[in-house]
Amino acid sequence: MSFKRSLLNTAVGIGFAAGLASVTAAETITIATVNNGDMIRMQGYTNQFTAETGIDVEWVTLEENVLRQRVTTDITTKGGQFDIMTIGMYETPIWGAQGWLVPLDDLSAEYDVADILPAMAGGLSYEGTLYAAPFYGESSMIMYRTDLMEAAGLEMPDAPTWEYIGQAARAMTDRDNEIYGICLRGKAGWGENMAFLTATSNAFGARWFDEEWNAQFDSEAWANTLNFYVDLLNEAGPPGASNNGFNENLSLFQQGKCGMWIDATVAASFVTNPNDSAVADKVGFALAPDNGLGPRSNWLWAWALAIPAGTNNEAEAKQFIEWATGKAYIELVAANEGWANVPPGARTSLYENPNYQAVPFAKMTLDSILSANPLNPTVDPVPYVGVQFAAIPEFSGIATEVGQEFSAALAGQQTVEAALAKAQAITTDAMEAAGY
Amino acid sequence: MARAISPQRKFLTTGAAWAVGLLIFFPILWTILTSFKTEAQAIASPPIFLNFDWTLENYAVVQERSNYVRFLMNSIIIAGGSTLLGVIIAVPAAWSMAFVPSKRTKDILLWMLSTKMLPAVGVLYPMYLIFIKLGLLDTRTGLVVVLMLINLPIIIWMLYTYFKEIPGEILEAARMDGANLRSEILYVLTPMAIPGIASTMLLNFILAWNEAFWTLNLTAAQAAPLTAFIASYSSPEGLFYAKLSAASTMAIAPILILGWFSQKQLVRGLTFGAVK
Amino acid sequence: MPPARKVIDMATKASRSAARIMMAPAVVLLLGWMLVPLTMTVWFSFRTYLPLRGGDQGFAGFQNYARFLTSSAFWPSVYTTLLIVGGVLVITVCLGVLLAILLDQPIWGQGVVRILVIAPFFVMPTVSALVWKNMFMDPVNGLFAHLFKFFGAQPVVWLTDAALPSIILIVSWQWLPFATLILLTAIQSLDSEQLEAAEMDGAPALKRFWFIALPHLGRAITVVILIQTIFLLSIFAEIFVTTQGAFDTRTLTYLIFQRITDSQNIGLGSAGGVYAIILANIVAVFLMRIVGKNLDA
Repeated sequence: MSFKRSLLNTAVGIGFAAGLASVTAAETITIATVNNGDMIRMQGYTNQFTAETGIDVEWVTLEENVLRQRVTTDITTKGGQFDIMTIGMYETPIWGAQGWLVPLDDLSAEYDVADILPAMAGGLSYEGTLYAAPFYGESSMIMYRTDLMEAAGLEMPDAPTWEYIGQAARAMTDRDNEIYGICLRGKAGWGENMAFLTATSNAFGARWFDEEWNAQFDSEAWANTLNFYVDLLNEAGPPGASNNGFNENLSLFQQGKCGMWIDATVAASFVTNPNDSAVADKVGFALAPDNGLGPRSNWLWAWALAIPAGTNNEAEAKQFIEWATGKAYIELVAANEGWANVPPGARTSLYENPNYQAVPFAKMTLDSILSANPLNPTVDPVPYVGVQFAAIPEFSGIATEVGQEFSAALAGQQTVEAALAKAQAITTDAMEAAGY
Repeated sequence: MARAISPQRKFLTTGAAWAVGLLIFFPILWTILTSFKTEAQAIASPPIFLNFDWTLENYAVVQERSNYVRFLMNSIIIAGGSTLLGVIIAVPAAWSMAFVPSKRTKDILLWMLSTKMLPAVGVLYPMYLIFIKLGLLDTRTGLVVVLMLINLPIIIWMLYTYFKEIPGEILEAARMDGANLRSEILYVLTPMAIPGIASTMLLNFILAWNEAFWTLNLTAAQAAPLTAFIASYSSPEGLFYAKLSAASTMAIAPILILGWFSQKQLVRGLTFGAVK
Repeated sequence: MPPARKVIDMATKASRSAARIMMAPAVVLLLGWMLVPLTMTVWFSFRTYLPLRGGDQGFAGFQNYARFLTSSAFWPSVYTTLLIVGGVLVITVCLGVLLAILLDQPIWGQGVVRILVIAPFFVMPTVSALVWKNMFMDPVNGLFAHLFKFFGAQPVVWLTDAALPSIILIVSWQWLPFATLILLTAIQSLDSEQLEAAEMDGAPALKRFWFIALPHLGRAITVVILIQTIFLLSIFAEIFVTTQGAFDTRTLTYLIFQRITDSQNIGLGSAGGVYAIILANIVAVFLMRIVGKNLDA
C-alpha cells in the first residue's frame, strides 16, 4: 500500500531533515528571482556560470507579488535566506539607505560599471553608491498593430498625444471580432495599474504629493487622468480590463486581440517573437503619449540583482552578478537566441552595437528610457523621486490600496469621483500614520 | 437496503449522480487534459476537448525550469513528518481524554480547536523572527513542527471521537484480567484504533500537503515543497495555460493518487467518527 | 454507542495521573503555539513598528488599535469575511445534503462517482484558485466565456463584476466534498426501517426528508459547520491569487496581510491580528454553544 510506504519514507525523511537541513555547501548561492521571461532564460544558462566558477546556484523563482513579500520579510528581519535578491528601482534606494544591501562599488574593471545607462545607475543608487546591478531596464512605450492602424486609415506618429491615441483606439476597436483598440493595465497593485496611472498622470500635470507631502488626489489633474483612462478602456478596451496586468495584456496582444498596448519596453521582444506571438510581424512602436505639458507617460524601471548585507557568500554573489549583468552574458544570449532576445535597457554599449541597432525596437526603447526623468517627473514640483512611484517606504502599501479603488472605478463599481475621494482619504490617513 | 427499487429509477439516479460527479470533477479533468495540449490548442476557440495532438512538451518545459523531484520529496517529508509527529503526540492525549475524562475534558478539546482560529497572517512576523533565532528558516524540520502544531487539534479531535467508540467493556475485561495501563494500550486499544489512526493520518497528510501559507513563507530553496513550486507559475507569461496545467497536474497528482487508492480509509476519516 | 463514561468509575488514581501525563505534551505544545506568537503580536500591536523606517520606534499606546478600527477598510472587511464564511457554509451544506441523498441511492458505479465527488478536496487552494481564475473565469479565454459566447451572451467578467460570488464558488467547490462525505455517512447510518415505515404510511418524500432525515443529520451538519468555519475564517490563497482583495473581496485576514506586507506597518497589522483573534473567538463562542449542545456524546 502506497500509504505505508510513504510513512516509511517519512520516517527516513525526518532523519534526513534533521541532519541535512542546516548544512549548506560552501560554494552554493541562493537567488530569489521573479518568473519573468528573461529571468527564466538566465536560469537555463546557469550551468555555464557553474562550469566557469565552480559555484552552484539555487534558484527560488516566484511570481512577482509573492517574491516581493518574501524578500521584504527576509530583508527587514535579516533572515539571511538569500545571497542575491531580484529587486527593482523602488526598493533599492530605500533598502540601500537602511544599510541592508552590500554596496556594489568594487566591481571589476572588465565589468565596466560606467557602461550602465546613467538613468538606470541613478535609479539603483543611494547617495551616489550603486546598490543593485540592472539585469534589464525598461521604460514604457506604445506597441501597436501596423495592419490594424492601416485598416483604420491611420498612421502612428513617433510621439503621439493622448488625444490621438484615444481616437486611434476607438477607430480600431471591433468587438465582434474580439479586437480591442487599446489594452492597458487595470489590475490593482502599485506595480500594476498604479505604475501605469502614475506615469500617465505625469503627462496630465498631476502629482502624488505637493512639496509639503499633502496628497493631491483632489486635484483636477487627477480627475482628468482617471476620467480619460476609464472612458478610454470602457469604450475601446478588452472585457475585464480591471483584472489585466502586464502578463494578461501580453497574452492578449500576442493573441492579436489588442490594437495598441502601452506597457513595458521589454515586452517588445515577446510580441515580436514568432514562437510566442501570432502578430510578430505586424507590430510597430512609438513613444508613450503626452499632453503637450512636457512629461510623457512613460516610466522607468529596472529589475536588478542586489546582495543583502550579512550574507556569507558575498564574494560568490558578486561573481554571479558580474556574470549575469555583464557584457559577456549579453553576447552569450545573442549567440544562442538572437540579438532581439538579449536583456535590454541596462548598458550603453548594447545600444552602440550595430547588431543590436538592427533590432526594430532598439531605438524606441532607448529613446523611451532616455526621456524618463525620475528626479523631475512631474509638471509641478514634487518632494519625491521616481516616475511611476514615490520612493518612500509607505508608497507600495498606499498605492496598492489606491489601485484597488481605481480598479473598482474602471470596473464601474464606483464613480471616478468616489474613487478619487477614497484615494485622497487613504493616502492622507497612511501618511499621517507614518508621521509626515 | 430492503427497499425495492425500480430499474427505471435506478437508471435515473445513476444518470443524475454521474452527471453531478463529472461536473464536480470537470475542472480537474480539464486541467489534466490541457496539460497535454500545445499552448495554441489550450486557448483555441471554440475549446478543444479531446481532439488534439497529445504532447508531453509542457511537462518537459516545467521540469527543465524547476527540479520537480526535490519539491515533491520536500512535500512528502514535510506532510508525512508532521502527520507522524502529530499522531505520536496526539494518541496519548486523545486516549486519556476518551477513557479517563474529567469535567474539563470537553473544554480542553474545544480550546484546542480554537487555537486553529488564530489568523496565520497576524503572526507571520513573530514567527519569522522566532525561526531566525532558532535557525529553522528553510528547514524541513521547522516546517514539520509548524504544520504538526497547526493540525494537532484536528488530529486529537478525530482520534478522540474514534477512541470513544471503542467499547468500555473491553477495557473493563482487560483490567479484570490484570492488564496494566501499558498492555491495555498496546494489546487492547491499539489494534482496535488502527483504522481510526490510519484515516486520521490520511486526512492530515492531505491538509499538510495543501498548506500554502507557512510552507511558502518559511522556505527558500532547500525545504520548499510543491506549494512553492506552483508559486513560480502563478502569473501568466504570455501563453501559459498548458504550462500552468502541467505544473498544476504535477502538484496535485501525487495526493490525488494517494487519495484515490486509500479512499475507504479517508472516507472514514472525513466522518470524524462523530456522526455514526 | 456503549457508554464510555462507565470507565470513569473504574479509573484508578494511578491512571488519572497517567492520563494527565499523557495529555501534557499536547497541551503544553498547543499552549506554547498559542501563547508565544500571541504575546509577540500583542507586544507589536502597542509599538510603532515600521521595518522600512528602521524598526521599532517606541510605544504607541492604543494608536494602532484606533487607527485599524477607524480605517475605512475595517468594517467592510469584517462584513466580507462573514459573507464568505456564511456563503460557503450555506452552499456546501445545502448541496452537500442533496448530493449525499443522491449518492445514497443505489446506483451503478457508486465507488467511481464517490471518487469524482471527493477529488476537489485533494487540490491545493493555490492550484484550484489558479485553475478557476485562468481556465474558467477568464473573460476572454475562459471556458465560461466560451460557453456564454456559444449561447450568444456577453461573457461575464467574473472576478470583477461578481468577484465575491466567484470566490465563494471556488471555495465552495473545494469544500463541497468534505460536507458531502460527512453527510453521506450520516445518512447511511439512518435507520432504514424507520424510513420504510414512514413510506408505508404514505408520507410523501419531502415530508420524510424534512421530519426524519434532516433531524438525524443535525449533528453531522454541526460537524461540517464547525470544521469548515475554522478553515474558512483564514482563507487566503484564493483571494491572493484571484483579486488580491480588490472589488470588495478583502477579508479581515487579507487586510491584515496588506497592512503587514504591503504597508510594512507591523504595529498596525498586529493590532488587526488582535481584532481578528477577537472576531474568531466571537465566532468560536457562538459555534461552541451550538456544538456543545449538539456534539455531546
